[in-house]
Amino acid sequence: MTGGSTQDPSSTTVGGEEVVPSEARTLEVVEVREGMFGVRGSGDTSGYGRLQRPVAMPGTARRPYGGWFDEVADRLEQLAGEGAVESVVVDRDELTLHVRRESILEVARHLRDDAALRYELCSGISGVHYPHEIGRELHAVYHLLSMTHNRRIRLEVAVPDADPHVPSVVSVYPTADWHERETYDFFGIIFDGHPALTRILMPDDWPGHPQRKEYPLGGIPVEYKGATIPPPDERRSYS
Amino acid sequence: MSTTQTGPDPYAQSQDTTSGRVFTVTGQDWDTVVAGVDPDASERIVVNMGPQHPSTHGVLRLILEIDGEAVTEARCGIGYLHTGIEKNMEYRTWTQGVTFCTRMDYLSPMYNEAAYVMAVEKLLGITDQVPEKSQVLRVMMMEINRISSHLVAIATGGMEIGALTVMTVGFRERELCLDIFELFTGLRMNHAYIRPGGVAVDVPEGGLDAVDRFVALMRKRLPELAALCNQNPIFKGRLKDVGYLDLAGCLALGVTGPPLRSTGYDWDLRKKQPYSGYETYDFDVITRDEPDAYGRFRIRMDEMDESLRIVEQCVTRLRGLEGAPVMVGDRKIAWPSQLSVGPDGQGNSADHIRHIMGESMEALIHHFKLVTEGFRVPAGQVYTSVESPRGELACHLVSDGGTRPYRAHFRDPSFSNLQATAAMSEGGMLSDVIVAVASIDPVMGGVDR
Repeated sequence: MTGGSTQDPSSTTVGGEEVVPSEARTLEVVEVREGMFGVRGSGDTSGYGRLQRPVAMPGTARRPYGGWFDEVADRLEQLAGEGAVESVVVDRDELTLHVRRESILEVARHLRDDAALRYELCSGISGVHYPHEIGRELHAVYHLLSMTHNRRIRLEVAVPDADPHVPSVVSVYPTADWHERETYDFFGIIFDGHPALTRILMPDDWPGHPQRKEYPLGGIPVEYKGATIPPPDERRSYS
Repeated sequence: MSTTQTGPDPYAQSQDTTSGRVFTVTGQDWDTVVAGVDPDASERIVVNMGPQHPSTHGVLRLILEIDGEAVTEARCGIGYLHTGIEKNMEYRTWTQGVTFCTRMDYLSPMYNEAAYVMAVEKLLGITDQVPEKSQVLRVMMMEINRISSHLVAIATGGMEIGALTVMTVGFRERELCLDIFELFTGLRMNHAYIRPGGVAVDVPEGGLDAVDRFVALMRKRLPELAALCNQNPIFKGRLKDVGYLDLAGCLALGVTGPPLRSTGYDWDLRKKQPYSGYETYDFDVITRDEPDAYGRFRIRMDEMDESLRIVEQCVTRLRGLEGAPVMVGDRKIAWPSQLSVGPDGQGNSADHIRHIMGESMEALIHHFKLVTEGFRVPAGQVYTSVESPRGELACHLVSDGGTRPYRAHFRDPSFSNLQATAAMSEGGMLSDVIVAVASIDPVMGGVDR
C-alpha cells in the first residue's frame, strides 16, 4: 500500500533477525491528527494544541492469514493471477482484499463462478473517502457473501480523486446496479460499464457528492434560551 | 429562419420558427400531429405512480410503461425520503449514532440499532463482554419488532388490495407491540434503546408480566388473522402467482428475507451466522416453495409465530436474570447513568444527578467527558449483519480511531430488494404491480436513509 509510511509496532528485533509474532499486524498511517479540539489559528491555551497522533488503519497481513482466509486467497491468486490483489488485510476476523481496479471485474467473476469460492451474493457496495491518502482518496468497498460456504469477504478498490474510474461489476452481480449508483451519487466514483449511472438518492441536478469529507454537513445556527448553538459541523469536536 | 405551413389556413397565418417542422392544429386533428412527430406511435403510455400514491408504501415512485392494462416496463424512482442519516452520523459520537440510525427503517428500529451497535462493539472488541441480560433483551425486542413489522407489511398489503379489515386488524395488533416498546424504552418508535455495550435501561417494573400478557393475546389473535386471510379465495386470487421471483433471480438481484425464503431456501442469518446468542434459542426457519406474493405472506404469518416462541424463551431467561447488569462493565464505554422517568419525562435518574452534582466531582467530570466527548474506537472497519424482517440488514462501519464514526454505511434490505420490482411486475397487470411491491415490503425510510 502506498498511502503513507507503514509502521509495525509489534515486531521486534532479536539478534539481528526480525521476529514477528504470528499475531503481528502492520498499521497503515493514513493521517496525522493534531491538537485536541479542532481549533485552528487561535492562541493555544489548552496545552493540547501541539498534540500529534498518527491515525493508523490496520495494515497488510502476512501469511498465514488463518482459517479459510488462506484457501480463498490462494485460490483467487491461482485464478486471477498474482497482480490482481494488491494486499490482504485481516482484521477483527474479517478478510479484506485490496484489488487493483483493472482486475476488479475479473476478480468478482472468479469469486462468483469458482466452486471453491462461490460468492453468489453481493451484499452491497459502499464508498469511503480518505482525503489524506494521496493518490488513493476514494475507496469502493464490496461486501460479498458466499451462502454455499457461509463466508463473507470484502473487496476494496482505491482510486485517485483525479481519475475516479472503476469498472462496473453489474454484469457479474446485477444487484450492484443501485449500489454503484448510490456510491457514484455520494462519492463521485464513476463505474465504467454501468448500464445507467445516474444519481439515485439525491436530485438529478444536485451539485457535488455529499458523502465526501470536504462536503459540508450544512445546517444553520439555532437559538435556544438566549444561546446560539452552531450547526453540528461547526461545533467544537474532539477528534 | 424558416417558414413552414402545411396547407393554407384561414385562421392561423404563417409562423416563424428556428428549427423543426411546424404543425398547424385547428381542431380535433391531433392524430396528424402524433403521426407527424412519431410515425411509429402506438398506445404506449408512461404512468408515474407515486411518490404520493397511497399504494406505494410511502414515497416510492413507480414509473410504469403500460400497454392497456399490462405493464411492459417498470422502474423505481427513489430518494424522496433521503435525510442524510449516514452523513449526519459522522458528526456525532458513537453513542449518539444510535439515535440517528434508529430512524432509518422506521418499521424495524430495533434492527437498525442492533446492526449498528454490533458494529461498534466489534470495532471496540467487546462483543464477548456485553452482558447476557442485555443480549436477551435485544433478542426479545428484535423479535417483538419482527412481529410489529410483519403486521404492518400484511396490513398495508391487505389495504392496497382492498382488504381493509386486514389493515385494521394488523394495525390493532401492532399497537400491542408498540405498547411493549413504550413500556421498555419509553418510546413507541425512535427508541435509541440498544446502545454500545448493552441496552439503555433495565426491564421496567411489571415489564415481563406485560410481555406475558402480550404473548397470550397474540397467540389468540394471530390465528384469527390467519383464519381471515390464509384460505380467503379473494386474497389467494390476488396474491397467488403474482410477483414471481425464483432463487436465481433472488441471488442475482441480492434479494434476502421472506422473498428468498419463499423460494424454499432456508437462508436466515439468525441460524447461519448467529449473533446475540440466537444459536441458544429454539425456533424454526420458515420456508415455502411458492416464490410469489402469497408464499411471502404465509412466511410472514408463520414467522410471527416463531417470534412469539423466541419471546417466550426470552421472558423465561429474563426472570432468571433479575438484577443482572444490562450495560458493559467498562466504565469508559458504558453510559454513566441509568435512565428513569421523572416529572419532566425520561432522563438521567435522580440518584445519578444527586451523585454527580452533590457528592463526587470526579463522577461529574467522568459524566461530562463521556457524554460530550464520547469514547474512542480503535481504527479499522467492520461489517455486521442481522436478519431484519425484510432480509439482511448490515452496517459497514469505519473508524479512524476518533470519537465519531469515520463512515457509517447501511446495507438496507429494502434498498436491494426493491430492485426486484421490474423482474416481479413486468409483463403482469397494472393492479399486480401493487401486490408485487407490497410483497417486497419496502420501507422507504430504509431505502433512502
